[in-house]
Amino acid sequence: MVLSVNDVTVTIDRPRRTAVHPVRGVSLSLKAGETLALVGESGCGKSMTCLALAGLLPNRAAIASGTLVLDGTDLGTLSPRDARDLRRRKMASVFQDATGGLNPVRSIGWQVAQAVRMRGGATRHAAQQEAVRLLGRVGLPDPERRAREFPHQFSGGMNQRAMIALAIAGNPKLLIADEATTALDVTLQAQILELIADLRRALGMGVLFVTHDLGLVAQHADSVAVMYAGRIVERASTDSLFANPRHPYTQGLLAALPDAMGASARLASIDGTVPPIDALPAGCAFAPRCVRASAICTSTVPDTVRGLACHHPGPRVRPAVPAMQKEYS
Amino acid sequence: MTALLRATGLRKSYATGRAGLFRPSARFNAVDGVTLHIKPGETLGVVGESGCGKSTLSRLVLGLAQADAGEILFDGAPLPRADTDDWRRMRIRMQLVHQNAAGALDPRLPVRAQVEEALRIHKRAPERAARALSDVGLPPAMAARYPHEMSGGQLQRVVIARALALDPDLLVLDEPVSALDVSIQAQIVNLIRDLQAARGLAYLFVSHDVAVVRHVADRIAVMYLGRVVEEGPTAAFRTGALHPYTRALLDAVPVPDPGCRGGAVPRIGDPPNPAAPPPGCRFHPRCPFAVHRCRAEPPVLREFAARHHAACHRIEEIA
Repeated sequence: MVLSVNDVTVTIDRPRRTAVHPVRGVSLSLKAGETLALVGESGCGKSMTCLALAGLLPNRAAIASGTLVLDGTDLGTLSPRDARDLRRRKMASVFQDATGGLNPVRSIGWQVAQAVRMRGGATRHAAQQEAVRLLGRVGLPDPERRAREFPHQFSGGMNQRAMIALAIAGNPKLLIADEATTALDVTLQAQILELIADLRRALGMGVLFVTHDLGLVAQHADSVAVMYAGRIVERASTDSLFANPRHPYTQGLLAALPDAMGASARLASIDGTVPPIDALPAGCAFAPRCVRASAICTSTVPDTVRGLACHHPGPRVRPAVPAMQKEYS
Repeated sequence: MTALLRATGLRKSYATGRAGLFRPSARFNAVDGVTLHIKPGETLGVVGESGCGKSTLSRLVLGLAQADAGEILFDGAPLPRADTDDWRRMRIRMQLVHQNAAGALDPRLPVRAQVEEALRIHKRAPERAARALSDVGLPPAMAARYPHEMSGGQLQRVVIARALALDPDLLVLDEPVSALDVSIQAQIVNLIRDLQAARGLAYLFVSHDVAVVRHVADRIAVMYLGRVVEEGPTAAFRTGALHPYTRALLDAVPVPDPGCRGGAVPRIGDPPNPAAPPPGCRFHPRCPFAVHRCRAEPPVLREFAARHHAACHRIEEIA
């Protein structure tokens, strides 16, 4: 296992108010060379999970319980400095805003070379050569010249390629791609994801692929974890999740997609909205929006059994056409 | 049937960079010769990637930006100059909904007051506000809320209600669901379609999301760097897109079915800088079929099947 996350809860302390838990009891595991997708809508805790993995949680947030095991080492047993060093050597992240993630006053080549030296301890000259090689590897034309340019001279797609070059410097075992292509045009997105897949195969990285786009999940992930309101509600291989989703939320998400080939019927929407994390309902957080909710759902949080956290899992039911006014509870 | 909106040869350029003492500033043609029409009750979808001019197009259609060249006819009459009384009268009949609903609302007013304000500006009875809000599926209690008390989907409903309260004939929807989560996006897409069915509204639906546009539009126009490269009935974009760019765009859309994996990813490189579009066919540097002629001569839209047009020199050869 490149990564195993066991029952991790993230807590954010708030002055004069009760603490909130944006991530609650999340468990994940990822093998070398595999892609695991973490999907969910905004506010479901997927980015918070990534930040916890990368050790980049904001000030008031902390991992309250659970363990993170990175390439065989439990990060909780290390000193903060050792944990940071281990993360630096073994994992890398690519986020949505590549241009914002690069230093505007340093050349692209300098920044990639810096990452090479940080991970491998190469000499300055060797690191520079390696930087040019990496920029070529991610498909930047004329890398020798481009390495001397600055982020503002690059397009968004080129900056994202540069970020990926930075991330794969020193062959990390784990790549976290958090909405890495969301800001890109679709023709560019396809090419960047193809690049990540090539690199994953060539370098044997595990990729944690965080996205809200189920189309991308179907195309690129080996397995999927669906998050809702801080918890993983369903975990399965990509094939079985799409063929036979068991959790009503997963089913709702899949049914809400505009069907490329189908006749233009109504989309099946999920009524209501995601509850805010400081006002989660008792029991299953999805219960207020769920077509199958019963008394137990509003009182008891469902346990996760074989990757599924639901009191009433089952094959898809065709929901009745929802009345527009029903959206609000 | 006569068109509700007919735009011919629209052109709009913006200055880029600063002019020197003896040097005029560079111009960038955001929209460069676009012709389109929308019939009453019809949805024209406009798809394209960033920088293709789709948002500029929607501003031109409403008169929010003045075209450098070309003509816009709304219901047979030329669109009056912006900020004239004639324009305000006409604008009642054409309304805008865009992506950023929170930005389109005043944070200091309850949402009903904002719908009433629109009615008052156009000298309509403010009582219609309550009706408009319930028409978009907002319960009466929500009308007294402030924008910060509502979710993104609810805010988008308010903006749609404000546009509809004036009973327009044409709604320009510029990325109306792009900022919404998929489950909420489905609610709003359904709402948009229901309203059209109930009121016979015409839509100009502008989006980068091919799947959504294909779901709502009757006809689709694909834009690339300021020009329409293909236009036709929506069905044509499910089965037989003609233009190489459209094909690449459709191929790049991820299909939510693991069974359809391994489709050829279009390797068409990065888009050029829209401020300095290439000569000839603007797609030629990325086009796998480009020949010498494509570099020299811009193609014009030609009809290939019934009402299905594309602008490409080589369609007959590559079909």
